[in-house]
Amino acid sequence: MKLFPMPFHSLLLFVVWLLLNNSISAGHIVLAVFFAITIPLIVTSMRDEHPRILKPWLAIRYVFMVMKDIVIANIEVALLIVGPIKKLKPGFVAVPINIDSELGITILASTVSLTPGTVSAEVSKDKAWLYIHALHLDNEEELVESIKSRYEAPIKEIFGC
Amino acid sequence: MPLYLEIIICVSLLIGGVFLLIGSYGLARLPDIYMRLHSPTKASTLGITGVLIASMILQSHLQGFLSIKELLITLFLLITAPVAANMIAKTALHYRTKPINETQGDDLMEAIRDRKSPKQPPEA
Amino acid sequence: MLNITITIVAACICIALILNLWRLLIGPSVSDRILALDTMYINAIALILLYGMHMGSALYFEAAVLIAMLGFVSTAALCKYLLRGDIIE
Repeated sequence: MKLFPMPFHSLLLFVVWLLLNNSISAGHIVLAVFFAITIPLIVTSMRDEHPRILKPWLAIRYVFMVMKDIVIANIEVALLIVGPIKKLKPGFVAVPINIDSELGITILASTVSLTPGTVSAEVSKDKAWLYIHALHLDNEEELVESIKSRYEAPIKEIFGC
Repeated sequence: MPLYLEIIICVSLLIGGVFLLIGSYGLARLPDIYMRLHSPTKASTLGITGVLIASMILQSHLQGFLSIKELLITLFLLITAPVAANMIAKTALHYRTKPINETQGDDLMEAIRDRKSPKQPPEA
Repeated sequence: MLNITITIVAACICIALILNLWRLLIGPSVSDRILALDTMYINAIALILLYGMHMGSALYFEAAVLIAMLGFVSTAALCKYLLRGDIIE
């Protein structure tokens, strides 16, 4: 049995415990180390296999790009909501996706929900189609193309699948 | 408190408040459930982020050390908001809630509900 | 200046909560009501944080974390119940 079956999660637990207590006193550090070691040991048997992050720098860049997009998309959506409703043309779109891992699909769907005027509604059973609902659908091909090139390609590259 | 800190706090608070109001306004105003999903998931998430940033700066100033635990709520909401929106969309599709007439591609709805691919012919 | 801003933002959030309540009451579908509840949770977090800022106390942060977690879990549980007729399968 390894001491750190999930090194990333151990680090996350350590940091979150210190953040929640908002202190770096010795007692809390000892407690955080204790949690960081024991909790992964307990839960590691319940875990599905997840793909590894192959390109951490690309992942960090992706996070910052998504944050920027969230702010821009929010302003766009806010303008759409406040503007005339009669002009909005909502629509359902099927986006073909090409990611195998469930984690990758989850991240893609969450990104799509948070960024441009789209909410992901469902994934088809064969994991080949992502269904999204767009608040204002101008050009279907353009939307599908932008999702595929802007969000799907980096995720595929990060997880290498 | 220095003036520049106060101005930063006020601006991010105001941005947060306005976005929260817009999110709820959209929730009350938009015509169907699928469109209503958009406003709380996006505008409200950004709104709460603004309020949390203001709170973070103010508490750091008041307590005299950097307090970044507010980021935990922001992170948590950023992760959970799309999941909640996705589940609500699933529920609406499950009950075959009608979208407004202008919706394009509403012939896809049965395929989405049964999680099929769009080109597959519907089962008899 | 800060006190005035906090009052204005609190007024914004209260109007937002009233709009959410209106949507919660008129529906029309169950999903609308769940969505309205979910948005009310988010607005409540903002209101509690504002109160904490007004009082200059960091204690209200804990309450905000609790509401954030309970809000998500209850939304997920309600949706799951409506989708499957059961919460734990």
